[in-house]
Amino acid sequence: MTIDTLIWLIPLPPLLAFFVIVLFTNRHRALSHSIAIGAALLSWLGSMVVFFRALQVEHFGEHPFGSQINWLQTGDTWFKIGVLIDPLSAAVIFFVAWTVLMIFVYSVGYHNYGQPKGDHDRKGLPPHGANVVDAHLHKHQVPSIEPMYSRFFAFIGLFAFGMYTLVISDNLLTLFAGWEVMGLCSYLLIGFWYGKESARAAAIKAFITTRIGDVFMLLGIAYLYSATGTLTFREIFAEETLAHLASTPAVGGFLGLSAAGMIGILLFIGTIGKSAQWPLHVWLPDAMEGPTPVSAMIHAATMVSAGVYMVIRMFPLLSAGAEHGALTSPMLVMSFIGAFTALFAATIAVAQNDIKRVLAFSTISQLGYMIAALGIGAYVAAAFHLITHAFFKALLFLGSGSVIHGMEHGVLHTGDHSVDPQDMFNMGGLRKKMPITFWTFLIGGFALSGFPLITAGFWSKDEILADAFGHGHWAVFLTLALAALLTAFYTMRQITLAFLGQPRTEAAKHAHETPWTMTLPLVVLAVFAIGYGWVGIPEHFPVIGGLLPNWFHEFVGGTLAHHPEAVAFSRWPLLTSLVVALGGLGLGWLTYRHYKAGAQDPLQKLLGPLHKVLQSKYYFDELYDKVFVKPVYWIADTFTNQWMDRGVIDGFLHAVSRLMLGIGPILRNYFDKPVVNGIGDFFGEGSKKLGRSMRVLQPGKVQSYMLAAMVLAFGTLFYYIYRLLRP
Amino acid sequence: MTPVQLIFLAVAAVTLAAALMVVLTRNLIHAALWLIVTLFGVAVFYVLLNAGFFAVVQVVVYIGAIAILFIFAAMLTRRVMQDTGPQLNAGSWLAGLVAVLSFGGLVAVLSQWPGFSSQAAALPEGADPLVQLGTALVSPDAYVLPFELASVLLVAAMIGAITVSLEKKP
Amino acid sequence: MIPLSWYLILAAALFCIGLFGVLGRRNAIAILMGIELMLNAVNINLVAFWRYRAAEGIAGQAFAIIVFAVAAAEVAVGLALIISIYRRRNSVVADDINLMKG
Repeated sequence: MTIDTLIWLIPLPPLLAFFVIVLFTNRHRALSHSIAIGAALLSWLGSMVVFFRALQVEHFGEHPFGSQINWLQTGDTWFKIGVLIDPLSAAVIFFVAWTVLMIFVYSVGYHNYGQPKGDHDRKGLPPHGANVVDAHLHKHQVPSIEPMYSRFFAFIGLFAFGMYTLVISDNLLTLFAGWEVMGLCSYLLIGFWYGKESARAAAIKAFITTRIGDVFMLLGIAYLYSATGTLTFREIFAEETLAHLASTPAVGGFLGLSAAGMIGILLFIGTIGKSAQWPLHVWLPDAMEGPTPVSAMIHAATMVSAGVYMVIRMFPLLSAGAEHGALTSPMLVMSFIGAFTALFAATIAVAQNDIKRVLAFSTISQLGYMIAALGIGAYVAAAFHLITHAFFKALLFLGSGSVIHGMEHGVLHTGDHSVDPQDMFNMGGLRKKMPITFWTFLIGGFALSGFPLITAGFWSKDEILADAFGHGHWAVFLTLALAALLTAFYTMRQITLAFLGQPRTEAAKHAHETPWTMTLPLVVLAVFAIGYGWVGIPEHFPVIGGLLPNWFHEFVGGTLAHHPEAVAFSRWPLLTSLVVALGGLGLGWLTYRHYKAGAQDPLQKLLGPLHKVLQSKYYFDELYDKVFVKPVYWIADTFTNQWMDRGVIDGFLHAVSRLMLGIGPILRNYFDKPVVNGIGDFFGEGSKKLGRSMRVLQPGKVQSYMLAAMVLAFGTLFYYIYRLLRP
Repeated sequence: MTPVQLIFLAVAAVTLAAALMVVLTRNLIHAALWLIVTLFGVAVFYVLLNAGFFAVVQVVVYIGAIAILFIFAAMLTRRVMQDTGPQLNAGSWLAGLVAVLSFGGLVAVLSQWPGFSSQAAALPEGADPLVQLGTALVSPDAYVLPFELASVLLVAAMIGAITVSLEKKP
Repeated sequence: MIPLSWYLILAAALFCIGLFGVLGRRNAIAILMGIELMLNAVNINLVAFWRYRAAEGIAGQAFAIIVFAVAAAEVAVGLALIISIYRRRNSVVADDINLMKG
């Protein structure tokens, strides 16, 4: 089988797994997870083969793998779809394959495979625990298996299919198809525990918010197709096409944008929705309602990354028409929104108490980093950060899931269900109880903060800061630096509160480590979180600079037609990185290491009323509710439902029916009875009347008959004789 | 006006008056008696028409048999038919009208006929109407057949009358 | 001499009187009397026409003789019928014999 054919097959195993589980093996848990993991493994294998073959090709960017088929006939030509593995998608498919596989394995343990069925567990609600009696006749509660176990694996299989499709696409259409499949799966998975009102609401919120972005993206795709006649990347990125798009003004002369600029901005709006950038960020925190593997998969490793992947992919279009060094309109928009979101989300994250919510805002913030990087033209840095972030964020989410599981075990053990297992202020001292989780979480957290040298996050984040500094984008540089400080701070806050110190609740005291199916993926991801950074060490970095080649820059940079230059080394961004990372970590540890149970959050004391604003996410949810949601509800319910539908349409129907009911009796009384019955009666009654009237001719009296006879006879006789005698 | 004409007119007057009395009188026996008078008048007319035989037959058959028969029938049915009730039925005015119109019509039609006012021709010499009649009634190439049939008819009528009026033996 | 017209008018009158009797009288016997009058009028007509128009032949007279016979027979049967009806229904009023009423 050639590489090109293999690429087509990569997304298929998870899709097949979805169908098989849904149709056939829903009742068989072990069979379902085996099929799902087996499918993930097959796709992983295919991805690894493709990746390693790609590494062997010289100047892979000029000779990518791929093939196309004629799909839809459009007049004289064919619309083609196909697959493409160039350096960018090879690197991306590498991390997608690993993270997806790890999350699949993790899910087995997360959903408590092997545990007994819960006593009061219902489908649609998270499992509550089961009462077991052990050998010593001690009764205790243990975690119970998820009632909808197989369904979960089916959904994440479908999700994996969507992501793989998106990554291997060579055109915007199939990319968009994968994009939408993932949107659907995010809805299904966020609302996995559909019995919870909050989960249902969160699923709808996620779907609708991303949909808003998707509408604009679709407009962008349509505009692009109408302007160029193709959606295939390599055709769009041809020099002439880009030049043409950059020089034609946009439809309607919108703000003086060129066609390329308009399309770029429209496509970017899709990313704003999908990657939860401000202002469409509101869905991501609420999406934490879903099970933790979902949060890891969708909201760290893959789906939100897809948004960034798409803009990275479309970079030639976004940067078309820029004079050397200047930023085009889409890039300006991106750098603004990216940087703003990075800082904005980081400020909110410092005030959150739920362990997953901190990570959610952290994701939003880091995505802002990537977008800001792309906005200032740091193509390779953005891709680098995308990949490293996928690894360590997935690690952090899975780690948090492990923590929550441990806490839940403790809650079940103590029987105190008032303790929220996800609230960091209820944790503490888990370092001793859950060591593997602790060390891997620590590695992930340090990577996120950009701990120097040994974590991947340092290398990718530093490269972005260096690029911003090196090209003179001061606003972006300062914003991102400040955000990095806050990132390190809240990460250490999280680690300190959860793992360090003493357990603050009974539940935390009784937490214990999670099974190997959950800890093994954590370890694997931790390896990448450390090691992946070393493939991208800049050449002129002090001391270690030339030891390892900057493979990443060479490889991924080759995707673009013009290989991007590495930025010249400067120590200022490096120093800034070190200061903010270590400083933030230190500050966080210092602030929280003496935190006692029940005390006020030190940050709250410091910030006062500002803390409430941060905790309430700057009241954006309330704002959107008032400005968008309530009016739409009004339109839907009052205007459309009551006035239009019931009032106008139903009113019209009622009027018609009343009219008909009125016409009925009229027709009956004025037409049916007199005319129709009349005609019938005329014949019947008429005959009778005629008969009765003719009865007089038959009186039975002989003399009457004779009289009649005489009259007629004489009359006739006289007449004829008269005629005879008088001709 | 010749005497014959006078006689004719007188007898005609009597006959017609009697006939009117027949149809108008209330009492049935009186009607029968008036009928006899009428029949007598008719007999006279036969004589005037040189059909003396007929006059006799008229008297014997009509008056002697039929009229008597009428009287018998009237007497036999007298009990119910009280002579005090109305003897003309409801439509008698129409009957009278029809009768008058018929008479008028007959006269009008007949008067159109050229032979209406013809006179009687003289009887052929030596011809005896009676002998001729007798001969005609029994000669096979004359009227023997109707004659015989008439007798059959009379027998049939007789048998029929007897049968009809026979009372069933208990 | 008596013109034929006198006899014809006489016969017509007699006939019409008889007609009135037939059509106008209630009693069935009286109706039969009317019929007799009509037959007599016919007879007069026949004999008059014989005498005035066909005296050579004997057809008129033969016809008249047959009429006599028929009249007699008819009266006999008629009265027998009336007697029979009278026995059944105790009435000889023609109007009462209306079983054929429609």
